[in-house]
Amino acid sequence: MHKFKQLVTDFGWPRIIIFFFLLLLFVAAPFVRVRIDASLSDMFNRFGQNAVFVLAMVPMIQSGCGLNFGLSLGIIAGLLGATLSVQFGLVGFLGFFGAIVLAMPFAILLGWLYGKLLNKVKGEEMTIAMYVGFAGVMMMCIMWLILPYTSPNMIWGYAGKGLRTTITVEGYWLKILNDFLTIKIGPFFAFPTGELLFVAVCAFAMWLFMRTKTGTAITAVGSNPDYARASGISSDKMRTISVIISTMLGAIGIIVYEQSFGFIQLYTAPLAMPFAAVAAILIGGASVNKASMVNVVVGAFLFQGLLTMTPSVINSALQTDMSEVVRIVVSQGIIIYALTRKTKVAK
Amino acid sequence: MGQESPLLSIQHISKEFYGNVVLHDVCFDLKAGEILGLVGENGAGKTTLMRILFGMPVIADTGGYKGAICIGGEEVHFSNPFDALDAGIGMVHQEFSLIPGFTTTENIVLNRESMKASLLNEVFGDRMSILDRADMRKRAESAIDKLGIKLDPDMLISEMPVGHKQFTEIAREINREKTRILVLDEPTAVLTESEAEVLLKALRHLAELGIAIIFISHRLHEVIEVADRIVVLRDGIAVKDTPAKDVSVRDIASWMVGRTVAAERANDISGKQFGDEILKVEHLWVDMPGETVRDVNFSIRKGEIFGIGGLAGQGKLGIPNGIMGLFPGGGSVQLHGKTVALNEPRLALEMGMSFVSEDRRGVGLLLDESLEWNIAFTAMQIQGRFLRPVLGGLFKLRDEEGMRVITDEYVKALDIKCTSPKQKAKELSGGNQQKVCLAKAFAVRPDLLFVSEPTRGIDVGAKRLVLDTLNRYNKDYGTTIVMVSSELEELRSICDRVAIVDEGRIAGILPPHAELAEFGLLMAGERSAAAKEAVDA
Amino acid sequence: MSGKRSFGRFIQENAVALIFLIITVAAIKPSGLSLEYIGQEMIARLGRDSFLVLALLLPIYAGMGLNFGMTLGAMSGQIGLIFAINYNITGVDGLVFAALAGLPVSILMGYICGIVLNRAKGREMVTGYILAYFIDGIYQFFVLYMMGSVVPIKNPAILLSRGYGIRNTLNLEGVRQSLDDFFLLKVGAFTVPILTFLVIAALCVFIIWFKKTKLGQDMRAVGHDMAVAEAAGIPVDRTRIIAIIISTVLACFGQIMFLQNMGNIATYNAHTQTNFFAVAAILVGGASVKKATIPNVFIGVILLHILFVVSPRAGQNLFGSAMVGEYFRQFIGYGVIALSLVLYAWRTRKANERARESLRGPAAAAAAAGGAK
Repeated sequence: MHKFKQLVTDFGWPRIIIFFFLLLLFVAAPFVRVRIDASLSDMFNRFGQNAVFVLAMVPMIQSGCGLNFGLSLGIIAGLLGATLSVQFGLVGFLGFFGAIVLAMPFAILLGWLYGKLLNKVKGEEMTIAMYVGFAGVMMMCIMWLILPYTSPNMIWGYAGKGLRTTITVEGYWLKILNDFLTIKIGPFFAFPTGELLFVAVCAFAMWLFMRTKTGTAITAVGSNPDYARASGISSDKMRTISVIISTMLGAIGIIVYEQSFGFIQLYTAPLAMPFAAVAAILIGGASVNKASMVNVVVGAFLFQGLLTMTPSVINSALQTDMSEVVRIVVSQGIIIYALTRKTKVAK
Repeated sequence: MGQESPLLSIQHISKEFYGNVVLHDVCFDLKAGEILGLVGENGAGKTTLMRILFGMPVIADTGGYKGAICIGGEEVHFSNPFDALDAGIGMVHQEFSLIPGFTTTENIVLNRESMKASLLNEVFGDRMSILDRADMRKRAESAIDKLGIKLDPDMLISEMPVGHKQFTEIAREINREKTRILVLDEPTAVLTESEAEVLLKALRHLAELGIAIIFISHRLHEVIEVADRIVVLRDGIAVKDTPAKDVSVRDIASWMVGRTVAAERANDISGKQFGDEILKVEHLWVDMPGETVRDVNFSIRKGEIFGIGGLAGQGKLGIPNGIMGLFPGGGSVQLHGKTVALNEPRLALEMGMSFVSEDRRGVGLLLDESLEWNIAFTAMQIQGRFLRPVLGGLFKLRDEEGMRVITDEYVKALDIKCTSPKQKAKELSGGNQQKVCLAKAFAVRPDLLFVSEPTRGIDVGAKRLVLDTLNRYNKDYGTTIVMVSSELEELRSICDRVAIVDEGRIAGILPPHAELAEFGLLMAGERSAAAKEAVDA
Repeated sequence: MSGKRSFGRFIQENAVALIFLIITVAAIKPSGLSLEYIGQEMIARLGRDSFLVLALLLPIYAGMGLNFGMTLGAMSGQIGLIFAINYNITGVDGLVFAALAGLPVSILMGYICGIVLNRAKGREMVTGYILAYFIDGIYQFFVLYMMGSVVPIKNPAILLSRGYGIRNTLNLEGVRQSLDDFFLLKVGAFTVPILTFLVIAALCVFIIWFKKTKLGQDMRAVGHDMAVAEAAGIPVDRTRIIAIIISTVLACFGQIMFLQNMGNIATYNAHTQTNFFAVAAILVGGASVKKATIPNVFIGVILLHILFVVSPRAGQNLFGSAMVGEYFRQFIGYGVIALSLVLYAWRTRKANERARESLRGPAAAAAAAGGAK
């Protein structure tokens, strides 16, 4: 009994509840004529689409900067990379990796500035990150209108300038990762091998990085900045590095997302994206100052599973679309749960 | 008030924390209008006694106390500080408890504001009453008058000199109509001499008005000047209760530190050989909150164990923290004749110095990480150890195996009680955490090791072990050690020389076998000829 | 000498408001709008928004920062209005009914918000923001699924065609501008809704009066230093909860005033940006996380809304696209919030460092240690 209690505490009630809820949805699915194989396929795909965003939360949580509500800055860098790649007419793997390479300078620059800023406002990082992210997105809205893009696939036909709200990547690098080594079972199930492989490589690289000297120092800074300082570590430098990495992953994340989703979404689309990533890693069991690879994988699976299954199952069962409510309550609820847990407030 | 009826009577008070006796059978009385000077070293039990008197919850949480406190002849039991306030005990703490953005008046009457009832009282209660600012001001002024000092009732606390803040605190206690007993814990510590002078005058003024005062101070001449009677605490026992008349500073100093049993020295220093000068400190100042170092000079030779003692708040802790770059400082520090850059912890570590911080949980440990991390981290970051190349040296990863080996080594050597090297540091007991801190410092193999309060808050057995370990490393590896401690006995038992810090300066350096009274005098800021001789020697 | 210094300090403390003033003035000309038009718009918008912005004051006094959780009050107000329409109560009566119906809901919401924020001391703002989102989910659940199915709604006109759930947009015909039009006064070229301004003035008087009460003083004490207030016997948590409850209730009333002026409710969207506009306004007016005054509110509403009125037109005329202006004003709104928060956090750190340096000694130490722990 005691052991069971310990297990529950380790795993955390919110995760257990969500896990069983998800299980229930799968059990209920056949009764409301929702295909399990199609649902699973959908879930794997969405996991791959979003996992890199969730991964991007790890370095900043570990370095004590808290939840990266300003992930939109990384997403902006990724959008710049993606649009440039299309502009230059890069296709296939060249287009996909070209987009990533083109995005990196922006991500590094934005991340560096963002990191510097967060170092100046220790203790208020999360609120400020959120609004810096919002302001950045709105700033880019203006830029999308006035930047001199010329590719006819991207700009408004009637005005002759200004990027469209959604730009298709069909013909460039649509599903370039998803279709790589895909395993199809039956007409409804496709396992997106390439996409998951890419996520695995990113996660493994992060796992390795957290085991290098710098990664170790980053963790120590987040765990106890005074200890790190007494050991000769510059906490500002480590925090900046963690913010840059997080921003770079945000950029990669959006490009992965787009190749699977099929469209580059510009303008206000990135506003809400950080919240989903924050919610996912918290559902995975991370706290405001500790996160691991397990949290990333578990969180992305549970959260995306929930987002896949609630619309199809609940809507079929109740004949009404409750998915939006479930999404909001679960994702924001878990963030509040994490914010109100008794933890040391970093000052 | 007749002579025969004491206002406050402390009767046979004893208190222990987890088997550790901190107060034993303490008795004394306090009459109305009397000023009692309470003196003693750090850890003598002054703070605990005041906590009991003030009904701090920490006392009840740790098992309560034995004995009785009587006020006006009746026994009282306080379950929280507010009970004590109601019974007429006012306390001025060492740290200011003032709101900087409020005026003197607002602070003096904080949460006891004068009010005029308003209509909404019926519905929402007293908190909807309007403040009567004119009356608040009048009350504040009358409290200030009672003190017999000048204080602007409309000035913001944030714009005041320190002395005025202290007066505001006292005025707040006096403002309570019931206050009959006033406890002041080191009220002059933050004041300049002239401000202290004014404060002492104000206290006498209050005493004449019939308020009984307990005055705690380490400035012994002030105690003699202001107190009617002096009680000396030593190791939790009231060793002396005497009228202040005809008592000299020297007398008090020797009562404070005097031990019935002579300190036992673990090793004999007569045969010890020292090398060349390893550390030279000149005009060091350090801005460490609460432990300001103003102007410190000393020099240490290789292989020495150098002790730094002194009372809390005098700056002894600031010395190692400043040299290791953890707090802003200036002056000249030379290691092996090479200048140490201050304010850069990394450079200090790279030069071969290492530090065990007094703030074990705050600075010394990664509480949420494993012992392996705690012990190996500094060596990894500074010296690049515990890393192994991967993919032909493309990059380096943590050498988990190496970290485990060295942790096992220290777990065995220092007898650290843990379930595994993977256990989290926060799960260990205080003594074992201290050993982990030592292991971390040893792991970088320093030439010069600073240890700050290495035995604070750990039990007797662990204390012995920590001190023995330091001694062993000094003997076996020739590590020079600078040990900062509040416990004089501890310093005398293992150090080759002991410096006493007072008011941010070194008051004197004594050999460990010097007379106890000499140490006491240095701590009390009374520099004696004998002490000076010892420095020169 | 001192005049010069205080001028420098004035610039520093009002940096956000000044930057904003310059942008706004610069944008008026290219918009091509007449000053009369802008003036009339400002009168309307002052009446519409001031009450909501005033609701932010008390939590700032209590040291809880900008109350992003005020959205909870806005939702309560909308629920009140929905019931007023349901029972078809019109005119000022309808508004009073809506306020009375929203009152218990907003008190409950404020209580919940206060408890949550007390558990998240030191990060009230981000928690309040997320809480607003979370309660939005609950609100949707209640209005979209409960109303008409569990909660009886007798007016079928406001229900979705499926028989339960409230329509996306509600027409507030019955109460539209009933407060504003109750007593209109022509002043020169402008029409002034006197009753609306009287209500706002009454709230200002209430706030000034409240600051003079014992509770107001306690709130200030808690806002300055929770530890000292606690030691002095002030019930800190309770005082903070009261501050949030009052703020939430005021936001509820404010949202009702806002919507009666607008004339319709976007049931599921009207409240989503309430906190954004209110917070941006008070910051533009020169308030900070720790300090705000009634003039900050009015200056802020005017400055922010002049920009909101002129920027789409200015964007159209300068860049040939109204969208540029539209995005620009949102960018400015978010940017102002970010900038104020950054400046505040940065200034606090600087001030702490300076205090430490100027007071080298145990005194500074005690203060710093008290602040750090």
